[in-house]
Amino acid sequence: MRDTQHAVTLPTNTLLNLHARLRVEDLVSHGLGPVSLSLGAGECVCLSGPSGAGKTLLLRAIADLDPHTGQVLLDGVECQRLRAHEWRRRVAMLPAESQWWWPTVGEHFLHADAALVESLGFERGVMAWQVSRLSSGERQRLALLRMLAHQPQVLLLDEVSANLDQENVRRVEALIGAYRAEHNAAVLWVSHDAEQIARISTRHYMLADGKLVNP
Amino acid sequence: MNVIALSPWSLALAAVLVLALALLSLRLRLKIAQEIIVAAVRTTVQLLLVGLVLKAVFANVHLGWVALIGCVMLLIAGREVIARQRHAYTGVWGFGVSTFSMFVSSFSVTLLALTVLIGTTPWYEPQYAIPLLGMMLGNTMSGVALALDRLTQTAWYQRAQIEARLLLGQTWAESVSDMRRDAVRVGLIPTVNAMAAAGVVSLPGMMTGQILAGSPPLEAVKYQILVMFLITACTGLGTLMAVWLGARRLFDERERLRLDRLRPD
Repeated sequence: MRDTQHAVTLPTNTLLNLHARLRVEDLVSHGLGPVSLSLGAGECVCLSGPSGAGKTLLLRAIADLDPHTGQVLLDGVECQRLRAHEWRRRVAMLPAESQWWWPTVGEHFLHADAALVESLGFERGVMAWQVSRLSSGERQRLALLRMLAHQPQVLLLDEVSANLDQENVRRVEALIGAYRAEHNAAVLWVSHDAEQIARISTRHYMLADGKLVNP
Repeated sequence: MNVIALSPWSLALAAVLVLALALLSLRLRLKIAQEIIVAAVRTTVQLLLVGLVLKAVFANVHLGWVALIGCVMLLIAGREVIARQRHAYTGVWGFGVSTFSMFVSSFSVTLLALTVLIGTTPWYEPQYAIPLLGMMLGNTMSGVALALDRLTQTAWYQRAQIEARLLLGQTWAESVSDMRRDAVRVGLIPTVNAMAAAGVVSLPGMMTGQILAGSPPLEAVKYQILVMFLITACTGLGTLMAVWLGARRLFDERERLRLDRLRPD
């Protein structure tokens, strides 16, 4: 069942070369794929396209959350060769709507960098806050911090700043930019905001009719 | 042993009470009248049949007959577990998980009771083996059904949360750890309630039956305590197994949540 015998340890923070060739099995009838995409280390590739084009499905498939055919490689190592949870620690995805399951913020964090917490506009005591009292924007920013605490090598971001005000959009962009630079991480960012795409992307693709195209 | 034999008229009068309830629920449009009648008919037919079967088996003590009856009881219990699940597993998995869990727990606890705790001769003495197994299966069935129903419903409605936890690098077991605990707790509620209320709120059925049949009350009480402890252990073991296996089935080999393995509403 488990692929433990094939499990390997990946070097961290090395030059990243992700060659994704995905065919999402249960979306064939919806027209997604085959999609080929490569992200270099430190790159921020933006992905846009109409609703229902399959952008989220593409991110889910790369995160190995949906069954798919094709290959996804990280540093030349195929996804299937790592245990699924190890893969997702390296190739992390943040959905559009964050999820919380413990009463307080701090319970969701293994560890939190105080400087990062402050860079997103929070005071240090935020870890003691009740999740139920947070606004959706605060939840989304804290969910980003929670994901970065695991130090992933690839970030798959699904409209993560869509519900934020301009000030917080800039904070999130700055934090991801800094993380990308420091960790040489690759970012695949789904966004509908043309100005944002112009600000942050090193490359931009559109997903239309299940295929990647240059806009 | 001075058991007062029940006349057919006594049973018929009791049946009139059920009929009256069915008529009342029809009048109140509770939409349960038909189910009451069908269940009452099933109870009568099933118990009469089992009475005849037990009479024959008690007269011809043989391990094969006891094993056959035990297997039939197990298969029917397995079917009953999945019959009322809101999001049952597709294919044979729901039946397989519940039946396997009940088999391991009920048969092992009954075997322990017969060979070590009661010490019947032969160990498969049907007068003890069949009622004991029936009580283990009946209670474990309720626990497993409640626990699996809670587990699958929670997974169905909290998909986003489970997947968010997977996306943070949690294993399948970590991502549903709270839900598994909650499902086991729900499965054990009826058994724990029965233990807590025994003798204070209700006189348990087996003890009542023994007393009505003329057994000394303290003997009946000792048997009831033994049976309740066995039922609790059996339900706990069966529910834990069913929840673990059921939770594992919610994920594939790549630890993806696979709700397509559950039936939709």
